[in-house]
Amino acid sequence: MTAETAKTGGPAAAPQDMPPAIELRGISKAFGPVQANKDINLTVARGSIHGIIGENGAGKSTLMSILYGFYKPDSGEIRINGTPIQITDSMTAIRAGIGMVFQHFKLVRNFTVLENIILGAEDGPMLRPSLARARTRLRELAEEYELQVDPDETIDELSVGHQQRVEILKALYRQADILILDEPTGVLTPAEADHLFRILNGLRDEGKTIILITHKLREIMEITDTVSVMRRGEMVASVRTAETSPEELAELMVGRKVLLEVDKSPAQPGTPVLEVRNLRLIDDEKVERIRGISFDIRAGEIVGIAGVSGNGQTQLLELLGGFPEKGAKVSGEILMNGQSLDLSGRRSDAATRRARGIGHVPEDRQDEGLIMDFAAWENVAFGYHNTPEYSNGIWLDRKAIRTDAEGKIERFDVRPPNPDLAARNFSGGNQQKIVVAREVERNPDLLLIGQPTRGVDIGAIEFIHKRIVELRDAGKAVLLVSVELDEIMSLSDRILVMFDGMIMGERDPETTTAGELGLLMAGVTDTPAEGAA
Amino acid sequence: MDFNTIIQILDSSVRLMTPLLLACLAGLYSERAGVFDIGLEGKMLMAAFSAATVAALTGNVWLGLAAGIAGSLALSLVHGVASITFRGNQLISGVAINFLASGLTVLLGQKIFGLGGRTPNLSGGARFSEIRLPFADQLRDVPVIGPIYADLISGHTILVYVAFLCVPATWWLLYRTRFGLRLRAVGENPASVDTAGVSVTRLRYAAVAICGVLCGLAGAYLATGLSAGFVKEMTAGRGFIALAALIFAKWTPWGALFATFLFGLLEAIANRYPNLEIGPVTIPSMFMNALPYILTVIILAGFVGRAIPPRAGGEPYVKER
Amino acid sequence: MDKMPKWADVVLTPLISLFLAFAISGLVILAIGESPWEALKTMVTGALGSSYGWGFTLYYATNFIFTGLAVAVAYHAAMFNIGGEGQAGLGGLGVAMVCLFIPWPHWSLALIAAMIGSALFGAAWAYIPAILQAKRGSHIVITTIMFNFIAAALLNWALVNWLRPIGSMDPASANFPASTHLPKITDMFAGFGIEWGKHTPANITFFVALLACLAVWLLIWRTRLGYEIRAFGKSESAARYAGISPTRITVIAMLISGGLAGMMAINNVMGEGERLILNNVEGAGFIGIAVALMGRNHPIGVLLAALLFGFLYQGGGELALWTSIPRELIIVIQALVILFTGALDNMVRMPLEAFFLSRRRRGTAERS
Repeated sequence: MTAETAKTGGPAAAPQDMPPAIELRGISKAFGPVQANKDINLTVARGSIHGIIGENGAGKSTLMSILYGFYKPDSGEIRINGTPIQITDSMTAIRAGIGMVFQHFKLVRNFTVLENIILGAEDGPMLRPSLARARTRLRELAEEYELQVDPDETIDELSVGHQQRVEILKALYRQADILILDEPTGVLTPAEADHLFRILNGLRDEGKTIILITHKLREIMEITDTVSVMRRGEMVASVRTAETSPEELAELMVGRKVLLEVDKSPAQPGTPVLEVRNLRLIDDEKVERIRGISFDIRAGEIVGIAGVSGNGQTQLLELLGGFPEKGAKVSGEILMNGQSLDLSGRRSDAATRRARGIGHVPEDRQDEGLIMDFAAWENVAFGYHNTPEYSNGIWLDRKAIRTDAEGKIERFDVRPPNPDLAARNFSGGNQQKIVVAREVERNPDLLLIGQPTRGVDIGAIEFIHKRIVELRDAGKAVLLVSVELDEIMSLSDRILVMFDGMIMGERDPETTTAGELGLLMAGVTDTPAEGAA
Repeated sequence: MDFNTIIQILDSSVRLMTPLLLACLAGLYSERAGVFDIGLEGKMLMAAFSAATVAALTGNVWLGLAAGIAGSLALSLVHGVASITFRGNQLISGVAINFLASGLTVLLGQKIFGLGGRTPNLSGGARFSEIRLPFADQLRDVPVIGPIYADLISGHTILVYVAFLCVPATWWLLYRTRFGLRLRAVGENPASVDTAGVSVTRLRYAAVAICGVLCGLAGAYLATGLSAGFVKEMTAGRGFIALAALIFAKWTPWGALFATFLFGLLEAIANRYPNLEIGPVTIPSMFMNALPYILTVIILAGFVGRAIPPRAGGEPYVKER
Repeated sequence: MDKMPKWADVVLTPLISLFLAFAISGLVILAIGESPWEALKTMVTGALGSSYGWGFTLYYATNFIFTGLAVAVAYHAAMFNIGGEGQAGLGGLGVAMVCLFIPWPHWSLALIAAMIGSALFGAAWAYIPAILQAKRGSHIVITTIMFNFIAAALLNWALVNWLRPIGSMDPASANFPASTHLPKITDMFAGFGIEWGKHTPANITFFVALLACLAVWLLIWRTRLGYEIRAFGKSESAARYAGISPTRITVIAMLISGGLAGMMAINNVMGEGERLILNNVEGAGFIGIAVALMGRNHPIGVLLAALLFGFLYQGGGELALWTSIPRELIIVIQALVILFTGALDNMVRMPLEAFFLSRRRRGTAERS
């Protein structure tokens, strides 16, 4: 596949034939019965930005963890700058010039930036000289690469974007030549993401090699020189970015033509089901997460909320679902079918919300929607276990729940169709089907649904989208929150864009464009007053 | 209450706080590295027993001290294997260690000495003797400063001075050295240390070992300094008071000094006045004995300042993708 | 797929852990120059060889069932209740007040009242740590440890300054009136003309303990409350999503836990001592931890583990009587059981998982 053969590897090679910065040959890794990486080959040229794209669970992170010494591959060979190397731990990786920016930052939150930078890379047993040197070096790096950050600030006080800069600085301080970034833009606003890309371009121009792991096609097209696609643990293609198209990459990613369009008839909205008025939420750390938003959802329509994650959508869903973060202060008004909901008192819990006709497929099914150790049948009653259908005095009506569970498993094609299997033993898609079955079949007047297809295979995505549209067609209201713009655009009847706890505007999915939504998601709006209204 | 009484009470507080201080600092190292340790009690007990036994057999208190440290370290190793290597439940491991020490000390003591779990009384070179600081006697008659120097500061065993020196030493180690930076980091976010190429396991073992050494000093002091020999269950909950002091101290070295002094003072007062009369109210000694625990609960409840433990405390470190 | 079959996880792991704990205990016995085999024989004969031995074994087991269930219930709600010792001590105070201050016409009424009294006192003692955990986030392990010491001081004070009969130097309450004395199992057998376990303290409370096992099983696996407790114990965020109040479950689970620990007092204080003495719990609260861990927090497991520890306790007493092994050996065994089943469980589980995984791999390879 690759033309380079480093077997002879003599110094006679001309400069343009320099060995690649990274070369992986036949890397395989299994976790128990799961084959996470299968015979992976990868070549990344020095001084380039290489994208690795694939769905959740395709094995991208595992591969990079192997490169960073977190996991030992079962077989295969790694070469850095043409030299074979055994990366047994992160120290070896760092010494080989590899730096990694993880999706979840590895920072000590009550340490200062400076302390975080030197951690593990101190000059000697005393801290003072290390800190002084780091301070100087940090100033140089900041100027060189637009990486300004206050060295004496503690991490807790920094924005997410700045925390990421600290991670990049950590790698550069360790003189990394190869920088791996795992889903770096997931938590960034478009403006912050642009800034990051500028930094990355600058680093490449300095001769650094960058690997960008992402599942966003747009980013790949925008910044990478070459791109590899992973699918189910295998490397299915490596191409030059200029010679491919988003459509081709998407197809490679999922393995067949993607049907992003959802088949649905025009909405016939009825009376308002949910009316939100001037809703505010201030969290435990006194940060205003939702800043006075107002909107309606009517019967028979799907309202999609677009936005970069971390702009208040999660808080909105949790608040509507009756479980805002502990210690949060809520004000404003919410009407459900014309009657106001208790926002902070005894009747503001999730059980009461369900009784008022609000179903909820939460963003995080493993941490919220399911009890992973419970059997599938037990999970079918989760949240509704006190309803008359599922209970009998103080007792749980196990027979009724089981019967219902068997029906749901059949109707939603949950595989394997075994109600006794613990939730954790189902695939992501099948777990989600259990949650969706539970919430949709209660026939709620309002369905809250967050990231419905995150980590879900294509087949299940279509199935879940169909159920959502069916619920709408049955005259119910749906509030959809997703960070996947494509999903929002194809499923919603109206789109609201959230940014920094405010609604930046409303758009019609038929007439708007991804570009227009992207601007709103970045906080750029033509009608700035709307959010505060 | 005259000045001399106050000096006497303070002097006794210093003696009583010493094992608490050493054990509290021991817990500080372990918990700052993210390993909860409710086994301080057991380690102290084991150390007290080993120290007294070897001191009684050899007549040499220094060998006793070494044995005390070794005994405590052995239990630390068990805790390390359970909670670091096998990622077990740190609290349960601590409970087990307390019982292990409680049972083994009597079993071995009975085997070696046949005194129902006691060691023979220690005397002479088998005990730590009190150190008289220079000019203590000459200065005694100077008003105020004299008695403070001669009776309060002077006249303790070497381990008391070691314990007090451990406070600034711990502070320096934690906040001024590479080791301290890494230690604190591993208790807050072990992933940050691991991804920086530093071994979480090694750091945590180091912390647990330091904890063992300090508990060893604490136990040795109990059996060969404060008392003259080992008796069954002689720690009498001091390990738990040290744990309470650690929370009180909010996991800082100077806080530990203050908290253990407070608890030592309470014990000294309770010892001197079994039924303390304040005006018309008689405070029973039981109340004084329970006061450290009550105060700790109040602190834990966050009514007087919030005690926030190290973030990764109690969590075994598992590498994540 | 699970890494190993459920039966292996439920039965094999604790059995291997137990085996390791006993093997090391055997080494300890060897180390102090005694024969483990002789020790075992003495223990078995002393605890199980006669109805007399059984009478004590069952008496101890009754204590451990209550404290074991107490730990288990809290564990299902993801809380580690180390406060059984203090809660059981307070339960004793409740029993003493019921028996001393109210004239009872018949023991059965006194028993019911004492059950309520002990449970209330035990629950009350668990309530404060529970509410502090739920509302203020104070770590329940630390608060329950502190409450053990506070309970000891409180009991000490109550016995010395309040319940001690005038003129007595002994820090103990007066003897309970005869109408509150519970029937011993030996009396029940005597009713049928069978001689069993004369002069042993095993009493009717053993059957109350069996009922408590059943009740806890029903609670945890059959009721809505049990469902909520288990769900909360597995994931607090999911519980909140499902409308389960963390505060409510924390408090209720701890009340039940404390109540169960407190009820131990009807066995030792009312059934055996027939008066309240200092340090009446004698570490049974802590043994509950070992019992619950070994019994995997399941009532049947707790029952079996409690019987085992009852045997160890009685056998340990016999050891001290007939050999030169002190009864503290039991504490060592207890420590090792806690260590291996509770803290070193991964040491046993990891090789087992690898074993079953390789077997399954081979199995699938053969099939294909």
